[in-house]
Amino acid sequence: MTVEATAKNREPFQERPQGTDVTSASTNDIEFRSVAKRYGSVTAVSDINLAVPKGAFVALLGPSGCGKTTCLRMIGGFEQPSEGTVHIGGQPMNGVPAYRRPVNMVFQQYALFPHLDVEQNVAYGLRQMRPRIPSAEITRRAREALDMVRLGGFGKRRIHEMSGGQQQRVALARAIVNKPKVLLLDEPLAALDKKLRTAMQIELQSLQRELGITFVLVTHDQEEALSMSDFVCVMSTGRIVQMGPPQEIYDRPASLFVADFVGKTNRIAATIEPGAGAVRLANGVGLAKPARANGTTGSVTVALRPEAISLVRNGSATLSGTVTHRIFLGSSVEYSVDVEGLGDFLVTADRRSLDERDLAEPGERIGLSFDPNALHVFPA
Amino acid sequence: MRSATNTKRNLVTAALVAPAAAWLAVFLVLPFMAMLVFAFGERAPEGGYQAAFTFTQFANLPTRAAAFWNTLLLAPAGALLCLLIAYPVAYYLAVKADPRYRLILVSLVVVPFWTSLLVRTYAWMYILGSRGIPNLLSMIGIEDVRMLNTPGAVLLGIVYGYLPLMIMPIYVSLEKLDRRLLEASADLGGKPVSTFFGVTLPLSLPGVMTGVALVTILLLGEYLIPQLLGGGKVFFLGNALVDLFLQSRNWPFGSAIAVTLVAVVVVVLMVAMRVAWKVAGTRQVDLV
Repeated sequence: MTVEATAKNREPFQERPQGTDVTSASTNDIEFRSVAKRYGSVTAVSDINLAVPKGAFVALLGPSGCGKTTCLRMIGGFEQPSEGTVHIGGQPMNGVPAYRRPVNMVFQQYALFPHLDVEQNVAYGLRQMRPRIPSAEITRRAREALDMVRLGGFGKRRIHEMSGGQQQRVALARAIVNKPKVLLLDEPLAALDKKLRTAMQIELQSLQRELGITFVLVTHDQEEALSMSDFVCVMSTGRIVQMGPPQEIYDRPASLFVADFVGKTNRIAATIEPGAGAVRLANGVGLAKPARANGTTGSVTVALRPEAISLVRNGSATLSGTVTHRIFLGSSVEYSVDVEGLGDFLVTADRRSLDERDLAEPGERIGLSFDPNALHVFPA
Repeated sequence: MRSATNTKRNLVTAALVAPAAAWLAVFLVLPFMAMLVFAFGERAPEGGYQAAFTFTQFANLPTRAAAFWNTLLLAPAGALLCLLIAYPVAYYLAVKADPRYRLILVSLVVVPFWTSLLVRTYAWMYILGSRGIPNLLSMIGIEDVRMLNTPGAVLLGIVYGYLPLMIMPIYVSLEKLDRRLLEASADLGGKPVSTFFGVTLPLSLPGVMTGVALVTILLLGEYLIPQLLGGGKVFFLGNALVDLFLQSRNWPFGSAIAVTLVAVVVVVLMVAMRVAWKVAGTRQVDLV
């Protein structure tokens, strides 16, 4: 990235080239500079350059084994980078143990202390502080934190008397009570059911705004990453493959992997002749080349979001096929449509009316219509 | 339907428990009853038991005060000494040791059990006896060191013989300890020492209690170690019982001592269990 990009500090994410001397470090709560982590001969992550500005809500998103948790653990101080440095609040953190870092973590499965009650769990961090905080002050702040996560009055409960969602909030209170610079969240919602998860997503978001501290969320759930964070950092096999605001990640995936992993996608084999203004799909259908395709030529894979396709019953369709499956989801319907020469297409259709005749039936011949500009072209 | 399955389940339970229950009834409860009866009886002129109802035997207990004191002092002291030595070992095995070698290291703890305790304690007799360490010490000018037949020798034998029994339960409870709780403590600013006293130790208390109770109870009935390493000088109730039953054939007095000892064991056990349960009640959660 150029000097220009560094200068306009509005750009929230800056990928730093190796060896750049960063003087504006204090505006960033977390920085990874050329970080790599190896376990013996296995490389967990490599070439991680990342700068998270103060007060951002960042999601590290990727499939399991992509290195996102390793990155989080390097911020927390549970792992030390094999190469490069992790900075927190402008300070290099290499060799600094977890208990001296100004960060707190909400662990996967929460890791609450089973031998302490709810309030003692929340007060644990405050009790470690030196100089010591007076007991009454600790109690007051622990209760305040519990109120904040709407668990006021639950202080004397044992951990095993709390439901999963309540335990999750105890873990949250236990972390935020220490007023960390950065809050780390390791798959915090994975153990909750869908309804609770949605509620917690909203709660986390408003809590982050209220506290104004930097949140770093690790998740494999793209919906969670997109819905909660300001910035998403997509990782694959130990590397960052794309960073940006959620809508940019979704609308302009940088690679086929991102397109596939973030949201559902249809992959279509196609070719682009050099100089030609058209994309020729594998079944011979030619389409106007999307503006974003740039100079990509030869064999390509075209990605198309299921919701970008509409099913039409008249003849004006781009492609046509046979409905093989219909999955009714209530507010929307997912169809699997077999298009000759191209295979199965996934199509998501919002329900526009209560009229049952609007639903396509399995076995029905149907047209697929979409804007060629909705296509994403990637080298095959 | 439901009661039928319940009946069946009860039958299965009964069938599973019956052998052990029968065994205990015949070889534990009945002898103990006999012992209770004997304790209130009199010694027959030619030795053994003679029917009577008297508290004489219990009134005579103070004549064996030394054995009581030795037992009630050295058994808990030995258990405590075992604990102090066993905890770091168990901690190393469960937390610090390389997982690849853990199994080997843990089995090494049990290896001493492959040889009889008698043989191993005999070896200590020679090591501590006049031809052992005191002999070596006299070579460098330190004369007249008595090691054998002292409380120290008995304690050493106790630690040597019972250490594995203390290491194992502590190792198990530390091994079950969720590592993420230690990380959580560090994350919340807990230095290693406060993490140990705030998380590791309280969560391993059930193992500690089990170990202490196990070793203490076994030690209360210990015979071999005081016999060999304490000589006639440091003796336990076990040694007194052997004397009374086999030498002077004073069964009623022996029974009274045994009954009193059992009463003490029961009290120790109840206290230990109460403490262990109190802690264990909260331990269930981290298994979920």
